[in-house]
Amino acid sequence: MIYESVGYDEMFSAEGAPRTACEPFVTRLQEIPDAELRNRQQAAELNLHNMGITFNVYGHEDGTEKVWPFDLLPRIIDSDEWQRVEQGLKQRIHALNLFVSDIYNEQHILRDGIVPRELLQSAKTYREQMAGFKPPQGVWCHISGVDLIRHADGTIYVLEDNLRCPSGVSYVLENREVMKRAFAKVFEGMSVVPVEEYPEQLLQTMLECAPPHVSDPTAVVLTPGIYNSAYFEHTFLAQQMGVELVQGSDLIVDNGYVYMRTTKGVQRVDVIYRRIDDDFLDPKCFREDSCLGVAGLIDAYRRGNVTLANAPGTGVADDKAVYAYVPQIIKYYLGEDAILSNVPTYICSDESQRDYVIHHLDELVVKPTNESGGYGILMGPQASQAERDEYVELIKANPRNYIAQPMLQLSTVPTLVEDKLEPRHVDLRPFVLCGKDIYVMPGGLTRVALRRGSMVVNSSQGGGSKDTWVLRSDGPHSVGNHNAHVENGSSNA
Amino acid sequence: MLSRVAEAVYWLARYIERAENVARFIDVNYNLTLGEGSTLGHQWAPLVYTTGDESLFQELYGEPTRETVLQFLAYDKRNPNSILSCVANARENARSVRETITVPMWQQINTFYLMVTAAARQGQPLTEPNEFCDAVKQASHTILGQTYATMSHGEAWHFARMGRLMERADKTSRIVDVQYYLLLPSAKDVGSSLDVVRWSALLRSASALTMYRRVHGPITPNNVARFLVLDRDFPRAVHFCIVRAQDSLCHITGSAQGTFKCRCEQLMGRQRMELDYTSIEDIIRQGMHEYIDQFQLHLNELGIAIHNDFFRLPTNTTEASQSQTQSSS
Repeated sequence: MIYESVGYDEMFSAEGAPRTACEPFVTRLQEIPDAELRNRQQAAELNLHNMGITFNVYGHEDGTEKVWPFDLLPRIIDSDEWQRVEQGLKQRIHALNLFVSDIYNEQHILRDGIVPRELLQSAKTYREQMAGFKPPQGVWCHISGVDLIRHADGTIYVLEDNLRCPSGVSYVLENREVMKRAFAKVFEGMSVVPVEEYPEQLLQTMLECAPPHVSDPTAVVLTPGIYNSAYFEHTFLAQQMGVELVQGSDLIVDNGYVYMRTTKGVQRVDVIYRRIDDDFLDPKCFREDSCLGVAGLIDAYRRGNVTLANAPGTGVADDKAVYAYVPQIIKYYLGEDAILSNVPTYICSDESQRDYVIHHLDELVVKPTNESGGYGILMGPQASQAERDEYVELIKANPRNYIAQPMLQLSTVPTLVEDKLEPRHVDLRPFVLCGKDIYVMPGGLTRVALRRGSMVVNSSQGGGSKDTWVLRSDGPHSVGNHNAHVENGSSNA
Repeated sequence: MLSRVAEAVYWLARYIERAENVARFIDVNYNLTLGEGSTLGHQWAPLVYTTGDESLFQELYGEPTRETVLQFLAYDKRNPNSILSCVANARENARSVRETITVPMWQQINTFYLMVTAAARQGQPLTEPNEFCDAVKQASHTILGQTYATMSHGEAWHFARMGRLMERADKTSRIVDVQYYLLLPSAKDVGSSLDVVRWSALLRSASALTMYRRVHGPITPNNVARFLVLDRDFPRAVHFCIVRAQDSLCHITGSAQGTFKCRCEQLMGRQRMELDYTSIEDIIRQGMHEYIDQFQLHLNELGIAIHNDFFRLPTNTTEASQSQTQSSS
């Protein structure tokens, strides 16, 4: 097997030897002839095709559904490293949840000058309608997907916290299913922590956070409909949890309660896992022109008659300028140092940092503070002078809207290209559930940039995915069981 | 209709259903063992208990290993309940009643048989059974569909349906029995943390996970047992099977509901009533294993009564016709 990687590779060390945790896998892999690997890859693709695992790409006329691109070779994470990541994620989500609660209530962190008040007031994602609100169990961010990358220095960094409607978890579950079918021979005998528990955990999280007076709550998944890029995931999660998948038109609000229209009349809904952005949730409260949402939903929510997951307004905590303060936020609320590192971030609304950014654009990545999906990003080192000049103007015109970060070199994982293995860059999105306890799904979604040298992993832009294996530790208690408890509304350090 | 024909149709359906269930057990167990870190025999031994053939297995192979269990359950002709044996028996029965079943049914059964024998003839151990098990399930369902859609829903059809449902009730109850026993102690050991992955697998072995979720939501041992044993609407639940089997029996005999003319109607009616008015709490109080043991006994008695009431030749033949194997218990 010939495999040469540049930079940090997840499976092989710089000397070309398999990393300790990957040794059993590599040994197994070497026993498989190249042609067989290709067959397996095709079997996996056929499987995905038959299972109808697709995503929608906006602006593609010929068939909006695309088969999910999948690479056969897994990304492997050893149990010790994962324990640290898991602790770090729990810590981070715990703190961010307290932060959101504080922002919409007492605002201690602003008064104490830890996070600048202007930054929050100017955040597009701040929802004044949520001021003074306390959701059930004190939980705002029920479902988060935190993007992690490993830089050339071997350190894992948090790239962004997605606290609104992160998607991708259905692909984690389906990737594992496909892997077990197509690559069983290699899977057998490996010690991999199962991921199949997720739907149960998600359902429990939703039920735990139901309005407290309801004894047998009814949960639903709210989708914008079949044209949404993540529609497959919406149907998948509803099916896995056994709850109704509803559209805005299926719901009505009456006298402060939410109901769904059924053949047996209306039935009360207590928890809504909404996969619709804040803006479109309720035309009475946010965008008037929204036909995806439900009129009166926010009023019902504020009265405590229905739970929304995630709560409206959590976007303030994944604003990319606020991101820069997460280490201080963790310190402030939990009195602990952040376990997971932040990428150094320059906030353009700060004058001196802005000057630095403008003079070092050729070394930096510039990102809009309030976009996701990889849109509106300038890769400084690869951009033309004209593109950089354009961004200088954009930044000057609206500095609050931009941050900049050094260009990070994403780690690679061997990926099947025709019938050879080549390094391809990956990131990792673990999913974190926050109910009475915090649960981290072992592993997460490994996205891979399928084009040589590319660092863009988004599926809309030529990205694919891999199964992610968290290895079991030898001891009887595999993955750490420390559960951070989220306290109801307490926000003091 | 001729007793011989009725018997053949009844057993044809039972054998197809049996093959499908063995494939389900293998498939789910295999999926569970992937990523478990070892391929020890102890993960495979319970499967032999589920099909009820542990003594034969012991005699032929000794200690269970992954390879031997798979061989025994899928391809071994010496095991009357292997997938190969079941499909071969189903085909033999079908051959004897080709004038009664339809051409599409026969063709599908024959194709199924050829597929399984070809797989077995390759002589290779069944290392990755997923694909094979999928094909077996698919073939079984195609036969079910052909039977439903191309055969008149008359007496022969009701014998086929009754056979199929009795077999399914038997297999669902067995897997609940074995898995409940295996999973429950571990739930106590670890305290509150339920092995959701394994309980889900039990549901998946009956393709029941999606429907279970819609009825009960979160997974609890009692609700899983309640669903697989007592649910009225789920087609692999024991209760569903017995209700429909009784319906077919009534069509065959022409008796009104709640009345009986022969022994098998009596036993079927009692069993159905028993399931109609049993709650999961009753079962737990009695003990899951004890309850299912009792159920299996009744089911065997019922099978014998069906044999005596419909299939047995007149008494002047010295030996009663050779009865086909119920799964031994």
